[in-house]
Amino acid sequence: MAEYDEHHHDVLVIGAGGAGLRAAAEAAAAGASVGIVCKSLLGKAHTVMAEGGVAAAIGNVDERDNWKVHFADTMRGGAYLNNWRMAELHAKEAPARVKELEGWGAVFDRTPDGRILQRNFGGHRYPRLAHVGDRTGLEMIRTLQDRVIYDRVDVFMEFTILELVRDGDRVIGAFGYDREKGGFHLFQGKALVLATGGIGRAYKVTSNSWEYTGDGIALAYRAGGELRDMECVQFHPTGMVWPPSVAGILVTEAVRGEGGVLRNKLGRRFLFDDIPPLYRDQTADNEEEGWRYTQGDKNARRPPELLTRDHVARCIVREVREGRGSPHGGVYLDIAWIKERIPNAEEHIKRKLPSMYHQFKKLADLDITKEPMEVGPTTHYLNGGIKVDGDSQMTTAPGLFAAGECAGGLHGANRLGGNSLSDLLVFGQRAGRYAAQFAKQNPAGRVDPEQVRQIARRAVAPFERNRAPQEESPYALQRELQETMQELVGIVRTEDEMRGALQKIENLKERAARVEVDGNRMYNPGWHTAIDLGNLLVVAEAVCRSALERKESRGAHFRLDYPDKDERFGKVNMVARAGHAGALEVRMEPIPEMPAELRQIIEEMK
Amino acid sequence: MNSSATFRIWRGDAQAGEFRDYQAEISEGMVVLDAVHQIQARQANDLAVRWNCKAGKCGSCSAEINGYPRLMCMTRLNDLPLDRPVMIQPLHTFAVLKDLVTDVSWNFRVKKTVKRFAPRPADAPDGTWRMAQADVERIQEFRKCIECFLCQDVCHVLRNHQLMDQFAGPRNYVYAASLEMHPLDTQNRLADLKDRHGIGYCNITKCCTKVCPEEIHITDNAIIPLKERVVDEHYDPLAMLLGRLFSGSRNKANTRA
Repeated sequence: MAEYDEHHHDVLVIGAGGAGLRAAAEAAAAGASVGIVCKSLLGKAHTVMAEGGVAAAIGNVDERDNWKVHFADTMRGGAYLNNWRMAELHAKEAPARVKELEGWGAVFDRTPDGRILQRNFGGHRYPRLAHVGDRTGLEMIRTLQDRVIYDRVDVFMEFTILELVRDGDRVIGAFGYDREKGGFHLFQGKALVLATGGIGRAYKVTSNSWEYTGDGIALAYRAGGELRDMECVQFHPTGMVWPPSVAGILVTEAVRGEGGVLRNKLGRRFLFDDIPPLYRDQTADNEEEGWRYTQGDKNARRPPELLTRDHVARCIVREVREGRGSPHGGVYLDIAWIKERIPNAEEHIKRKLPSMYHQFKKLADLDITKEPMEVGPTTHYLNGGIKVDGDSQMTTAPGLFAAGECAGGLHGANRLGGNSLSDLLVFGQRAGRYAAQFAKQNPAGRVDPEQVRQIARRAVAPFERNRAPQEESPYALQRELQETMQELVGIVRTEDEMRGALQKIENLKERAARVEVDGNRMYNPGWHTAIDLGNLLVVAEAVCRSALERKESRGAHFRLDYPDKDERFGKVNMVARAGHAGALEVRMEPIPEMPAELRQIIEEMK
Repeated sequence: MNSSATFRIWRGDAQAGEFRDYQAEISEGMVVLDAVHQIQARQANDLAVRWNCKAGKCGSCSAEINGYPRLMCMTRLNDLPLDRPVMIQPLHTFAVLKDLVTDVSWNFRVKKTVKRFAPRPADAPDGTWRMAQADVERIQEFRKCIECFLCQDVCHVLRNHQLMDQFAGPRNYVYAASLEMHPLDTQNRLADLKDRHGIGYCNITKCCTKVCPEEIHITDNAIIPLKERVVDEHYDPLAMLLGRLFSGSRNKANTRA
């Protein structure tokens, strides 16, 4: 049973979305031999779904932009829970990382003088998002993929990692299976990079694909890593709500960046009614000014539709709950109205938002150039994640690095749109660089065969359980977990509901130990779902327990029982880790003091 | 719409297989992939199917639905006749691994044989380039490709003749075109297209264009211009004559219209 193939690399990257590919490219460039494990086929990772753009203060459209403004915007958006060092590095390095992609073949939309065009987005003071229509993520993943395939990088498509392998505290490898045959594989790496993305599949309504089961986060957790800000789950304000089968699919914020507006069923632009104090000076107080902003008027302030995602999502929930929603439980997002303002609006919309046009036409029989869309919040992104060192991206487990969505810190309590694509470039590159360096400085570790045998035994257990009356279906359990998280640990949270969710999670953990699967190990989605379930339960518990501890409302985390910000909690991060008895423990960790020059930037930009 | 429908799904592996009928409940707006998921969750836990984004952006869930190559996530049930079983089978051109999953790794291997992007030196001191929107739009069309391989599946050179070792297929021509027509690229891929990648086998039946979910004009905008360039460079009678007289080599810039 414990037969397995062995693979040896200097750097092993787990996850082949933008962050993983960028890390692999960097490690390969540093001379390391690299393996990259992807859960799906190469180039299918969730990065392809990123639509609106990549944030970088290049200043091509508005020369007032620079890294300081981007830094301040990111910190404000994150309600100051961010790792400020990451926010600083991110703002400083994003322009170089984006420009570099052009040399690798990426083709961004252009300004009239032939430079990279940038567009407006929520929470960004100036037009900052380099983009390709509304398919920026596809452009980026393809650019990175088409670089890595020519490098000294072994790509393992449709492989899943079950567990990290350790030598003492140090992580020295990973053990997993291939989907095709179900065979086991031991990957030894002198350094490992986790780039496995988020946890969207813990929720029922999500923009995320099946892969998003928090694998890297759970792997790091079980290998002694720490998780931070797990309570800060981002609900994107605009997902499709109708028809039911497509509920949750993303509708890009670029619709609003291009002048789209949100209305309730009374036709009112309800976001004008509730502008948070922190943003009042930067936000238009009338529709005319908002429109002028979207059309590039540098003296106009942004419309409230472009406030941060957490705020817009909560306002939508409020409209729906108070009976002013659309027929299918959302609100209206209208881009068609711009025909009142500009000629050839129809063509303009199709050119700027081609995949949105296509998506609604195909899936909802709706022409967005003529009618408003119905939209509502959808689970989109994990703002928190594995705790890493801001410079090197090393986790608290030696030899293990993390980058992209699965790593936490940059975004604090709420991520700005466009900051994820820049995140994965900046910190993918850093993780790759420092992992290669670590691999140079450290010899390969020693694998304990017993550790590996145990991982394999646990993995095949669902096939070997006796058929009992208590047999559980992995699909049914996953569904129950998703419903629990959706209903009890969603956009609006209370102590009682979250206690209920924890009880349910405990119950699901017990039942997960009785999951049985049919068939054999060859490409068996039932088995894969059973394995993913274990990871989802870890992240769901971490979200829930961290959210219970944060007795205030901040960023994406909103507590009905503590609806205001509380300064005491503004000074700490929630950090989760496996305690000595194996139980998940959450502690409050003080946020380190910010250096004076960064503090000054934030003051100046207020 | 009916409240339930029959789905006739191919089940099996490389050795053997058969169609099996499953009933699924139907609700408004459902796509084929929803039905497959429902069947997987309730009746056939081990039914193998690839999918990711479920929004037509990743190109994972390619299959043949009632004999036509399509993305399962973008095929609405109300566009199909539900009074008879909906046939779902794996891509015909590639070897079956299990159920609806085929071995598409050949596509990735061939892609690597297309010479990589090689930009000209930067235009500006800060390492950036200048390109006009009008000049990049042409290749932005090709870069919409989601690598679903439906074009490869339908192409008769691969589907009927299995010339995998001589012919790169429409997807890889679109990739080559995105590089050949890239305003910054300096590489020449024409000899490879002619010899190694067998573009001459394409007899422009446009089946690839017809099945492309991204509506890329594969034949007209990618393959035909590449064929013309190959002809210009390798079969131009005047150039052949001059070449014989002066034995000079032509560079890529000269072949650009």
